[in-house]
Amino acid sequence: MNRETLGWTVVLLIGALGLFGRAMSKPEGMGKVYIKAVRIAPDSPTDTRTTFTKVEPKDSEAIVSVPRTVGVWIAALGTLAIFSFLYRDNVFYKLAESVFVGVTAAWAMVLGFWESIVDKLLRNLAPGLMRAWALPGLSDKQEPNYLYIVPLILGIMLLWRLVPRGAWIARWPLAVVVGTFAGLKLVNFLDADFVSQIRNTIIPLIVVVNGKVDPWASLRNTGLLVGVLSSLTYFFFSVEHKGFVGNVSRVGVWFLMVTFGASFAFTVMGRIALLAARVEFLFNDWLWLIDPGDKRPKGW
Amino acid sequence: MKSTIPWLIAAATGFVMIAAYFIPAAQGWQGEVGTWFEILAAFAFVLGGANLFAYHLGKISARRAGWGYSGVTLVAFLVTLAAGMLKLGVPAPDRYPTNAWAGDFQFEGSVSWWLYWYLYNPLNATMFALLAFYVSSAAFRAFRAKNTEATVLLVTAFIVLLGRTYAGAWLTSSVPENYSALTFPGMTAIILAVGNTAGQRAIMIGIALGVAATSLKVLLGVDRSYLGSDGD
Repeated sequence: MNRETLGWTVVLLIGALGLFGRAMSKPEGMGKVYIKAVRIAPDSPTDTRTTFTKVEPKDSEAIVSVPRTVGVWIAALGTLAIFSFLYRDNVFYKLAESVFVGVTAAWAMVLGFWESIVDKLLRNLAPGLMRAWALPGLSDKQEPNYLYIVPLILGIMLLWRLVPRGAWIARWPLAVVVGTFAGLKLVNFLDADFVSQIRNTIIPLIVVVNGKVDPWASLRNTGLLVGVLSSLTYFFFSVEHKGFVGNVSRVGVWFLMVTFGASFAFTVMGRIALLAARVEFLFNDWLWLIDPGDKRPKGW
Repeated sequence: MKSTIPWLIAAATGFVMIAAYFIPAAQGWQGEVGTWFEILAAFAFVLGGANLFAYHLGKISARRAGWGYSGVTLVAFLVTLAAGMLKLGVPAPDRYPTNAWAGDFQFEGSVSWWLYWYLYNPLNATMFALLAFYVSSAAFRAFRAKNTEATVLLVTAFIVLLGRTYAGAWLTSSVPENYSALTFPGMTAIILAVGNTAGQRAIMIGIALGVAATSLKVLLGVDRSYLGSDGD
């Protein structure tokens, strides 16, 4: 065992001992999830089946849920495993990453199957069958819509890529997707972004409110117009950026830098918010060191 | 021929969509096509899942480096797939108590629900939370007030970061209300309303023109790179 491995083994052992000590020193433990039984059909006199729902530990009917408690511990250890990448690539990170890849791919397939193939494709192609199987709430009046054979055939052609021969067949559905997307986006972008943005920039440079000039609003509108025009000048490469055009383009760069600075700040804030949420999960849901929602009994 | 027919298909569907935009009776097609897209995306997920399965299975059978991690990926993949497809742990809903298949596969307490809330969600959030460190680290190394443009970017980011937090409001809380534009939240509001909006507008106009040009290249067959090479 080299020195570095020994060092990390000691760190991990101290961490594990700390967790064990904390769990043992407090009678209520930590990282537990509480549930209580609720009836699936509370209004039905015959259907007495129950299911479990999460409750706060303060609830008088609360009992510990083993699967959910195990889930919190796995989630916490997975969180730490991914954070361990900050040191460098390691076996814990690779394990968490492998699990994440597998779960994500399968989750996308499951979601696609139930929410798109069953709920959109098969509902339209075979409503009777779906009513008897997974969609009992489907209206009796729903008739088959055989137009949906087209996406079914295209989907099967897409899967043809898995067959060793004739992979070119998968190009046809791809062409439909790309062509349709290009057609939709061409008009949508020109309408929603190009025309709308120009329309919103055509604003009065002198704003008059109740017969008086509003200097701030006038300044803001002028700044906006100058900013848009100068930024567009920077993107206009058909004229050499020299002299007057060069100066205007330089002002445009400043406006773009302001935009990038604001975007950067928002990105940082978004990531920090995610980080804070993960740290709160570790300290609140797992270690029970903090209780911002006052959800646990006093002294826990 | 293998690229001409797909191009003709792409051009036909694309121009039909453009024409539909201008014909009131056909404007509902866009919604219908959106549904078709979702269905095709579901088939694409199946294709992706099958490719992932084949790739990792091949890695394991060939005992290539890291095959153990591929095993973990495959186990996670198959368990999640089985739990979701078979609706494991999902009870029949109260309206249809004899039909277990009618339940929601994400029902609280089901195996899929557990996998989502205790594996997918925390791992996904932590992956993105990691970026907080890398963004900060990259900013520390890259942000230098070397010239006017870099200084403008740096100062804007600094003001917006402070203006959107309690610290910024607290630091400039002594500024009189008449001069609220000089507080960090006030400066942030001006930056967002003028500088940021102007820059975003120019970028959006540029993007719209770029999308229109790229779409026309695809529909007119000038760009066929999405079809891959002929040897595929």
